[in-house]
Amino acid sequence: MITMATVWLDGCSGCHMSILDMDEYLIEIFKRATLVYSPLVDHKDFPEMVDLTLVEGAVSSTDDLAKIKKVRQHTKTLVALGDCAVTGNVPGMRSMFPVSAVMERAYVENADINPGAPTQKIPPLIARVRPVHQIVPVDLVVPGCPPSAKTIAYVLDRLIAGEPVDSAEIARFG
Amino acid sequence: MESHELDELAARERTRQGDYHHQIGVCVGSGCASSRSPQIRAALEAEAKKHGHACRVKGVGCMGLCGAGPMVSVDDDEVLYQHVSESDATRIYAGLEKGEPVEDLVIANDTPFFTKQVRVVRRNAGKIDPDRIEDYIAEGGYSALRKALTEMTPEEVIDEVRTSGLRGRGGAGYPTGLKWSTVSKMKSPQKYVICNGDEGDPGAFMDRSVMESDPHLILEGMAIAGYAIGATQGYIYVRAEYPLAIERLKNAIKQARKYELLGENIFGTDFDFSIEIRLGAGAFVCGEETALIASIEGKRGSPRPRPPYPAESGLWGKPTLINNVETFANITAIIEKGSAWFSSIGTEKSTGTKIFALSGKITNIGLIEVPMGISLGEIIYDIGGGIPDGHEFKAVQTGGPSGGCIPAVHLEVSVDYESLKALGSIMGSGGMIVMDDTASMVEVAHYFMEFSKSESCGKCIPCRVGTAQMYDLLALIISGEATSADLQLLEDLCEMVRDTSLCGLGQSAPNPVLSTLRYFREEYEALLVDAKPVEAK
Amino acid sequence: MSVKTLKMDGKDLSAREGDTILQVAEENNIYIPTLCHLDGLADVGACRLCVVEIKGRRGFQPACSTVIEEGMEVVTNSETLQKYRRLILELLFVEGNHVCAVCVSNRHCDLQDLAVKVGMNYTRLAYRAPVRDMDLSHERFGFDGNRCVLCTRCVRVCDEIEGAHTWDVRGRGIEASVITDLDQPWGESLTCTSCGKCVQVCPTGALFQKGKSAAEMVKQATFVTYLKSMRESKK
Repeated sequence: MITMATVWLDGCSGCHMSILDMDEYLIEIFKRATLVYSPLVDHKDFPEMVDLTLVEGAVSSTDDLAKIKKVRQHTKTLVALGDCAVTGNVPGMRSMFPVSAVMERAYVENADINPGAPTQKIPPLIARVRPVHQIVPVDLVVPGCPPSAKTIAYVLDRLIAGEPVDSAEIARFG
Repeated sequence: MESHELDELAARERTRQGDYHHQIGVCVGSGCASSRSPQIRAALEAEAKKHGHACRVKGVGCMGLCGAGPMVSVDDDEVLYQHVSESDATRIYAGLEKGEPVEDLVIANDTPFFTKQVRVVRRNAGKIDPDRIEDYIAEGGYSALRKALTEMTPEEVIDEVRTSGLRGRGGAGYPTGLKWSTVSKMKSPQKYVICNGDEGDPGAFMDRSVMESDPHLILEGMAIAGYAIGATQGYIYVRAEYPLAIERLKNAIKQARKYELLGENIFGTDFDFSIEIRLGAGAFVCGEETALIASIEGKRGSPRPRPPYPAESGLWGKPTLINNVETFANITAIIEKGSAWFSSIGTEKSTGTKIFALSGKITNIGLIEVPMGISLGEIIYDIGGGIPDGHEFKAVQTGGPSGGCIPAVHLEVSVDYESLKALGSIMGSGGMIVMDDTASMVEVAHYFMEFSKSESCGKCIPCRVGTAQMYDLLALIISGEATSADLQLLEDLCEMVRDTSLCGLGQSAPNPVLSTLRYFREEYEALLVDAKPVEAK
Repeated sequence: MSVKTLKMDGKDLSAREGDTILQVAEENNIYIPTLCHLDGLADVGACRLCVVEIKGRRGFQPACSTVIEEGMEVVTNSETLQKYRRLILELLFVEGNHVCAVCVSNRHCDLQDLAVKVGMNYTRLAYRAPVRDMDLSHERFGFDGNRCVLCTRCVRVCDEIEGAHTWDVRGRGIEASVITDLDQPWGESLTCTSCGKCVQVCPTGALFQKGKSAAEMVKQATFVTYLKSMRESKK
């Protein structure tokens, strides 16, 4: 039995939906792995060491930065799951504009009430959205928006069994 | 013009010049012209008028020591004056009358800067008035063309060029005779000769100087080439940033046509040859031959894959000979004095001389012409006068954005095509930028990459995006935020861009990085943050 | 027509004189990735994805525009070539703003397919995130500069096949881009015949038909091959 975690950075949660889309196969997976940390379960702190962590989402804020560095430290095998984690994808589309212009657009121009960017609670955005592997070393990238349930099942089966993953099988953006 | 008329004209001109007591030459090259040499010339002419025209004041081409400009010569190079100003005109004349040069302006002409040079291409520079064809003819001009047309077959001309060992002076060093012979063998009713005057390397001004100082030398070389390969039309492609060179060339073409040294039935033979000028619109890549040809054709100046080479299918699909300015400027001497004489200069594989533009942290800034095979150290320390302000020599950059840096340990290297290449640099067109111990080699690489990035035409991906990424990585390294993984990525990009780019611009764009990495890797590494390689599997 | 023999990846092959390495490879089921090449348009050798190694020749040569020679020995897929092709694709993906998830050509995009075939599934390079314009001024078609890879297929099809020469390239280096007429809005172009050939040959979602969903926006570039062969048979 291995320990497994999933992490949600800047993404739409579609990759997590795809994980859930494995449906009854989830039962097969969890016969071999215990989910110790995830937005889908109620653990507050990332454990001391996790065998396998799937990361959804790009690195967009100082909070993401701190989180992914911590996760990397406490993970044996780190998987960047989905296009946001692998390329920046949709969250990355704001990289062409200065952060101030993005905030202005979101919180002032498009605000119906109380225009103004939040100053508390919301972690500051970093200048450019980065894929996970450009911040910390990543052991496997799984592109796709989202990667299909089948792909995720394939990847998990291989990784839990300690076998290598053929990246040609899983190399497709979009 | 008939054959004998050339000699008569030369004799007439020599007599005319001999009637002057003195000849004062004022450099009218771009360098000196930018520090008021035309005004100095006017002041000296006004002075000459006062003294009853016993002296001839003439504009002359570059004398080489551009850093000491404006330069004035008296009776060829008997006395050389430096940093002359308009107010010095009276003193210079007074000196002539007394027979005593103006001490504080004199620059010694027996220093290694002058004595160690061998002037073949630049033999007339500083001597003749580039705006007067008669001056050129008086020095034996157009007799090489006459010799080729009246005494030699085209095959003999090509043989002479081939056995001279002359290689392309644009930088790549392709054997000129071989190129000529390839084009000559093409069966086509129409062929073209193109002179590549799109000199664009930062720190390079050799070709500009040849065009400004001795334009007829190029025209004559081109006409000989036209005869050899069977072309009747030539084009000189000059960058528009060289207005003075363009003006001189235009004027030279006009004069040559007037004397029927260009046009129809040259020297009474059935050889016709015309030359037109085409201007480059500011793109460095148009120095690449296929881009240059596209530009002459009125198309976007971007290169195309070779083969077919221009020798086969060039301008308007016709066989085309394309050589650099300095290459054509070597031709008359080869025809006149013979290939054996030419190949006695230089090394076995790199014959003749090469002009270099010395700039950067060096005492004598300017143009030099040296025999191939001279050591780099002789150029830097003897001719160049060493490094000023008590600093140490660190490296010399040759070949511009396509070349590389050569460090102090290789100062003994023989300056020839093969030796420079073996060191990771290239002969290039002749720019030499000298750097002292204060230079950051990473910044040097960054500077040249910025140049390549902005001059890439954008056609092929490796060059278009690769140069931009390499530039950003170099900036990241300089900012102190790069990791060793970034340096690895930079090296991977260098190799790929070098090996897969479409034309020479992209293929050589990584050279400044690769060569500084080869000799100064520790400077790159010192800038890296201590980070583990970031790498996914 | 004479026959030439050559070696490709160790296999002895015979081919027609004048054929390119790419043609010979395709006829013999040897895969060489291409992007700017389109059968029926003049080859420009610009994308460099099809570069191959030829024994005895310096550097690497584009398969699309290198004509075979007797006795030639070609390597189409060495380790170095794989590395280089991957890196070239990485350069393309970071150059523009290629966001497959929101692209009308998602799932039928040459660039996306190439990434699969070359095995390019992430890049170490920094995304450039350039600010690029869209041109939606044409009644039926749209241009999204964010997705353009500057293959110039549109430029060539418009010039060589349609004869309108509406498209061309402006600027240089990383700033280069395709334009209509003299960089005027496409919808105001005096030369555009609205034939839509450019849209069909565009390998990515840069050129698209308005009002089509990603599932509908399937392009048919093969008409160029057909047109060219019909025109040639007429001559």
